[in-house]
Amino acid sequence: MLSRVADSLYWMSRQLERAEHSARLVDVYLNSMLDQGPQTGALHQQLLLSSLGMKPKEERENSYDLARKLTFDLENANSIVSCISTSRENANQIREQISTEMYEQLNRLYLKVRAPGVIDEWNAQPSEFFTDVKEGVHLFTGVTLDTFSHGEQFLFIRVGKNLERAGAMLLLLRAHAKSLVTTDEGDSATAGNYLEWVGLLRSCSCFEAYCREYTADLRANRIVEFLLLDEEMPRSVRFCIDNIQRDLNAIAAVTGRTRDSALARAAGKLRAQVDYASVDDIMNDDLSEFLTGVRTCCGQIHSSLFSTYVRYNVGATMAV
Amino acid sequence: MSDFKPIEPLPPLQPLPPLASGQSQGQSQSQSGNGSQSQSQSQTKSLPEPFTRYDLDPAFYDEMLDAQAVAPRSAYETLFSRLQNMPASELNAFQTAANASFLNQGITFTVYGKEGGTERIFPYDLLPRIITSKEWDVISRGLEQRVRALNAFLKDIYGEARILTDRAIPRELIYTCKHYRRELRGLKPPRDVWVSLCGTDLIRTPDGTWTVLEDNLRVPSGVSYMLTSRSVMKQVLPSLFQDYAVRPIDHYAQVLLSTLRALAPAHRPDPTIVVLTPGVYNSAYFEHTFLARQMGVQLVEGRDLLVHDNVVYMRTTAGLERVDVIYRRVDDDFIDPLSFRPDSSLGVPGLLNAYRAGNVGLANSLGTGVADDKAVYAYVPQIIRYYLGEDAILPNVETFLCADPPQLDHVLKNLDKLVVKAVGEAGGYGMLIGPHSTQEQRDDFAEKLKADPRNYIAQPTISLSRGPCFIDNQVEPRCIDLRPFVLFGDRVNIVPGGLTRVAFKKGSLVVNSSQGGGSKDTWVLYE
Repeated sequence: MLSRVADSLYWMSRQLERAEHSARLVDVYLNSMLDQGPQTGALHQQLLLSSLGMKPKEERENSYDLARKLTFDLENANSIVSCISTSRENANQIREQISTEMYEQLNRLYLKVRAPGVIDEWNAQPSEFFTDVKEGVHLFTGVTLDTFSHGEQFLFIRVGKNLERAGAMLLLLRAHAKSLVTTDEGDSATAGNYLEWVGLLRSCSCFEAYCREYTADLRANRIVEFLLLDEEMPRSVRFCIDNIQRDLNAIAAVTGRTRDSALARAAGKLRAQVDYASVDDIMNDDLSEFLTGVRTCCGQIHSSLFSTYVRYNVGATMAV
Repeated sequence: MSDFKPIEPLPPLQPLPPLASGQSQGQSQSQSGNGSQSQSQSQTKSLPEPFTRYDLDPAFYDEMLDAQAVAPRSAYETLFSRLQNMPASELNAFQTAANASFLNQGITFTVYGKEGGTERIFPYDLLPRIITSKEWDVISRGLEQRVRALNAFLKDIYGEARILTDRAIPRELIYTCKHYRRELRGLKPPRDVWVSLCGTDLIRTPDGTWTVLEDNLRVPSGVSYMLTSRSVMKQVLPSLFQDYAVRPIDHYAQVLLSTLRALAPAHRPDPTIVVLTPGVYNSAYFEHTFLARQMGVQLVEGRDLLVHDNVVYMRTTAGLERVDVIYRRVDDDFIDPLSFRPDSSLGVPGLLNAYRAGNVGLANSLGTGVADDKAVYAYVPQIIRYYLGEDAILPNVETFLCADPPQLDHVLKNLDKLVVKAVGEAGGYGMLIGPHSTQEQRDDFAEKLKADPRNYIAQPTISLSRGPCFIDNQVEPRCIDLRPFVLFGDRVNIVPGGLTRVAFKKGSLVVNSSQGGGSKDTWVLYE
């Protein structure tokens, strides 16, 4: 596969995942604003911004203005509409490489979020809009799974998605780390942090899954264990990292790379780190630091992926 | 075959066409108006449905009907009778099916407006254009002769330049051509093949003679429309197709692939071939993806390729992979920023040197534009005679070179009857169509001609032949031309067929897609 194609597939997928994650976060945020007092309102706004990796502002902004900006602002490369546009731009570059169904689904989503009256619709029913975005992305994922060969190209799509998801989950957990660690171990959620924790679980559509696993009794270490270390929940950090490592190995095999490359080592180490971690150790140590460390590793995997397969040094790989 | 007029080998060619005959041909256009009125009225009565609006105009060669007998030519007899038994509703349904098929296959071009782009299909006419094997024989022999002569010409002018020393064509004509690439002097492409893909535009003059309108030796396009028109035709009108013994064209991609393979460096037995596209914003991008897919080769952009030690590589996830042959759809100007336009980001820096070193094959070679310069075109009959010692099988349209003072004088006096073209342009740019121009436009052009005569040629207004088209529930004649595709690797290969372009607007002579032109399937028969 051409390196340029790998590049476009990766970003097409990654940007779309980012759009979906942001849509969920902003949706949950607007929802939570409905039953908030002015004090907790400011806190939620800060949580939202730091979950999205943005600097929290000193002054509190009108929550709808903020949400509208996070959705539509084309100046912000990470707004939902920007992400979908960038994703489609990448798909356009490789239109003949992906399936028609994939392209058409992505194009439909793009046209929907760029339609003329869309801001008015959003003003009336913001939640509807976010549902459309989430469903659009889910459809794309499903269509990809079912209409596209699960070869090297597919692997790049999935690595992009999982790297983005792991990074976003780590940011989200770190934003909530303060309230999670100040609670005593074994304590159930108090009235004060119950809503925040429900919001956290809802932000990654894990509330129901959590309840099935642990009942509705919200406890900090269980939440951290579920979102960070669960083996089966597709949004847990561990699940993403396991997949990334597996897919990177598969890519290395397809492209004839050795498995002891810097990239393979980084992915293997990271996987071991989350596979063999225990939630008690992490909670007793420094949760924030652990999350930051894992996130840095994800960033290294991204850079290493690009320097291995896309923007590699020509001199080093002359002999093929 | 009684109505078929065999094409005589041309009389020996004069160095340049005499000026007088240009006037008589130029007037045929203006006379046609009256002729068609009276003719069509007398004939409409004798033609059955759905041909009642079919007018026969002696100013045009009609592909379907013999003007004298007002009866179909033998190749069209079956089509003619089948159409009489087909209700318009049925034909309409077929047309709808064909349009849907083009849309679904994404064979569209984008029309840009205020609110982004909208996609339109390339207009397609249901009724085939039929060419008999006898006619095709003349066409294919003529095209082969032409491409061989033009290849010899390119080899010569970038090599010894014998033709210039022998003064068979003027030296300054070549050296003033903007597509002449001094950088290529002394270059030896694989097998001495400069032009491996050529799309020559043919028209038929009122007496039925196949005539060359222009050669496209740089990056000719349209072959994807030829192939998709055929597949759509087979899909929507299989019964009609079966009634004729039509020669297949489906093997084009395979022939193209073996042509490209023949251009690989000698020591590379299993060459890697790629199609080089300028990118998704190019109007022919569909064709680039289509051909890459049909041949099963990579579609690359300039940024995917790099040159190291005069060898071309493409960046893949598995590392650098050597590239042996490039079917390039990027113009000379943009293909190598180190040799040509330095501001190009579409090209591959160092490609020319890799090519010169013999490490990569290019189709077409660089610098081929000098042979389809419209002023050089006027000399093609001489070029054929010079290199092959033969007379041209397919004649040229009479052409006046403005660089020659007596001819310029003639052109200036007859601007209202002639078509003036800029020599290096294609696609209908920089043109003056005399009969349709205003005095102001003509004065403007006269100034341009005097200021830069080398840049212009003039031709009489040409009548294209007309073929039956399905329009508004009726069959009406429309002007058509033909672009067959010639391939030249280890030998010359012409797939029996081509792109027949149609001017859908009544009375229009312009077949370009940007001006309401479309296409129809082209059938070359076994008999």
